[in-house]
This record gives sequence, C-alpha cells and structure tokens, in this order.
Amino acid sequence: MTDPTDTPLPTPLHAAHLALGGRLVPFAGYAMPVQYPTGILAEHQWTRAHAGLFDVSHMGQARLVGPDHATVAAALEALVPADVAGLAPGRQRYSQLLAPDGGILDDLMFARPLGADGTLALVVNAGCKAADYAHIAAHLPPDVALEIIEDRALLALQGPESEAVLVALGAAVADLVFMDVRSLEVAGLPVDLSRSGYTGEDGFEISVADSDAVALWSALLADPRVKPIGLGARDSLRLEGGLCLYGHDIDVTSSPIEAGLAWSIQKRRRLGGGFPGFARIARELAEGPARTRVGLILDGRQPAREGAEIAATDGTIVGRVTSGGFGPTLEKPVAMGWIDPAFAAVGTELAVLVRGKPLPARVAALPFVPARFRR
Amino acid sequence: MKLYTKDHEWIAIDGDVATFGITTYAQEQLGDVVFVELPDVGKKLVKGGEAGVVESVKAASEVYAPLDGEVIEANRRLTDDPGLVNLQPETDGWFVKIRLAPGTDTSELLDEAAYEAFVQTL
Repeated sequence: MTDPTDTPLPTPLHAAHLALGGRLVPFAGYAMPVQYPTGILAEHQWTRAHAGLFDVSHMGQARLVGPDHATVAAALEALVPADVAGLAPGRQRYSQLLAPDGGILDDLMFARPLGADGTLALVVNAGCKAADYAHIAAHLPPDVALEIIEDRALLALQGPESEAVLVALGAAVADLVFMDVRSLEVAGLPVDLSRSGYTGEDGFEISVADSDAVALWSALLADPRVKPIGLGARDSLRLEGGLCLYGHDIDVTSSPIEAGLAWSIQKRRRLGGGFPGFARIARELAEGPARTRVGLILDGRQPAREGAEIAATDGTIVGRVTSGGFGPTLEKPVAMGWIDPAFAAVGTELAVLVRGKPLPARVAALPFVPARFRR
Repeated sequence: MKLYTKDHEWIAIDGDVATFGITTYAQEQLGDVVFVELPDVGKKLVKGGEAGVVESVKAASEVYAPLDGEVIEANRRLTDDPGLVNLQPETDGWFVKIRLAPGTDTSELLDEAAYEAFVQTL
C-alpha cells in the first residue's frame, strides 16, 4: 500500500479538477476529486442517463512484454486463474492476482492489444499497484518483462451516450463491443481504449499520454452530454452495478469463488489449474464456499455501511456488510457483504444491524441495477 | 438569537425553546443527505451528546446537541425529504426543537461572526 502520510500526488488533470470546483481528497496516495459542485446524486444520475467523465489516472497501468503471446500468457497464467492464452487479439478480460492460498491480492484487467504480439496491457488498483508490480516482477520468467507505465493518464467515459460522444470526436468505436480494445484517435489524440468500465453502464476506459490528458479531458467535456464525475459517484455506481471494490468486498482472505467471481475463471483453468490457490478454488467449486458474497436491499432509507453485521430473523449473526450506501438509481439503501451460504438465496429475509438497530433487509440479485454493456 | 458550535450546528433560541440543525458549511461538507435519524419527543439531550445521525451518500455523521434540553419536536419532514438539509439547512431543514432549562449557559457557543471566522480557518 502507498504510505498515506505522503503528500497526495496530483494526476495530470489536477488543475482541471480544481477549475471545475472538484473537492479533492487523498485516495490511494493521489489527490482525487470525490465530487464536483453538483454533488454525488446528480453525478450518479447523469452517468446513468448521459455520459460521465472520470479521472482514474491513479490506477496502475503496466505492460507485460515477451517474445510472443503464448510466452507472455503463460507467465500471467501462473499468477491469475483466467484463461490468458485463449484471449483473442483486441480483447480484454477481468481477473485476480492470487496468493498461494487462493486469496485475492488484487483484481485487474488484462488486454491483448491488436498488432502487438507478445504484449499484454494491465490495469491494477491504485492502492495495490506497488505490491502488485513487485509480486508480478518476482514471478516472471526471464524472457518476459514488466514495464510500468508512469507517463499515461486514464480517463473513463461511462453512460449510454458515451459512444455517441466519442464518435462525434472522430473515434471509430461504434463497432466495438464490451471488452474490445483498440488503439485509435479521439479528437485527433492517440489513445489506447477499451469498451469497459466499472459503473455497470456501457462506456470506455481511455489511456492517453500525460501530455495529451488535458486536451482529451477538455475535448470530451466540451460535449454537453458529458459532465465530470467524482469518486463518490463512481462508488455508488459500482455498488449498484454489483462490482467488487478491492480492500472492501474482496481482499487477501477471500477467494474468487466466495466472491462470486467464478465466471471470470474459464473452463480450461478450472479443469487444469496451474495457478495459485487452485486446490482451494477447485474444492470450493465442487463443494461450495464457506461464505458467499450477496447483495442486500434494505427497507426504509437508512443506509448500512461497511462493517455492519447481518443477522438472520432469529438474531443469529450470519454475515457482515463489506460495501453499503444509498443507491441513487434504486432510491433505496443497498449493500454487499459476506454471508453464510445457507442464507444467500435471493429473497431471504435478514436484518442489518446499524448502531444496534436491526434494519430489515432481503437478499437481492446482483447487479442491483441491470448492466447495460454493449455485448 | 442564533448561535453556532464548532461541530457545525446552529441553534436559534427563543425564550426557553431552542431549534437546532446543521449549518450550511456542514451540509456542503456532507454532500447529498439521504437519511436523518432524529430523537424521540421527550428525550433529554445532553450538551455535546448525540442528538441524531445524518447520512449522506458518502458517510454517516453524528449530530450533537448544542445545549442541554428536552426534545419537544423533531422535524418529521426530514424523514420523507432528507434533501431539505441540503436545500435549506438553516431554515426548513431544522432537526430538533428542545426546551431549555432555566438559566442555560450559552457562553460557549459562537455568534455568527465568530463561527464564520472559525469556518475560514478550516
């Protein structure tokens, strides 16, 4: 983890955030906008209805580079449970760096760029990136190198009007589907783009040279369909999207199976293993995990926050909230948390204890708000 | 007479009845308020003790009683419309009315000028 006592680092868009009235807070070692003057609720709703622009330059960008795809894929497959070898050129996948016992060290995206055989692009969490890089570098074969990218910003454009905004800026993205990656130009600026994000909406993550970041940010914001969105709404959007936040919903004690991430482990890996924690993951796939991640919708308006205990109707504690807040789209308090699998069925009546008071809740299907990815 | 605390509550005193809520600065810091927990009528509040909880999208914050007093009314409009705290924090978005004990000491509270000066230091 980054030492929180260090002065937060500015992203290349620092001055832009200040000019927009963004309220900057220290986050994972960076000064990041938590909200702009319109506030989290309005930013959340704007993203679901139009297009929200996020600075996510704090996240870690890196490349694995080797002689060919098979070699680089094998190197990454030694660390993650996803099928890397079978990833088609121009595609991206979600996976997890696993500890020897199957606990999650971090979750990440990896992409196989077109026309760069032997390169994988990685995006990891800001708070984990130093540890991730050390872990990855320590486990690579001699012919595969980890290149840490320190000179690129990362923007996310999320929401149903994102495609139209990019097309209007001359970007050929209309034919891309969820998890496609391309190198192309937006507003004449070269970018590496993926059709993905962490809001549950259609959208794009756009890697751009630091020196072009302000120009790209400004070009996107010049479109009236686009507004800047802070980390506060990013959190409420991803919570409604049922997406895990590392260090909260998942951590080194949790396995991908407990976390409901079995979908990210493709069949060849489930059968063949060859990644850290395979024994635990195979056992949990066969027998079921000891705990599982669920979504909860609470009655009333009072949110339950991380750490709140979850009780069965007889008062027995059966779980704990890992992320919780008010879901602006649902207009209800929502939470995710660990629970005894006996209580995980959708519709199960439970209570969440908030300041000693049991708030009625029931297990809900995840995501809370249906994903609107372009498949 | 309207006074303030360094915990960012305002309190308007009219005879032995005082109305309090959170300040404009406090609601700006909290962001969008989605839930307010208010004390029951009849509850005896102790100065500096918990008088309620205000939940924004981001986080929960306690509201402290600016003075000792017995709750005579809580603003039930906030139950259905917690956003009033953001829109009109120092008028319609009030939290609680309390009855003060005779001779209540208000000397530790700040007047408007002193509170404004305090906020400038933050």
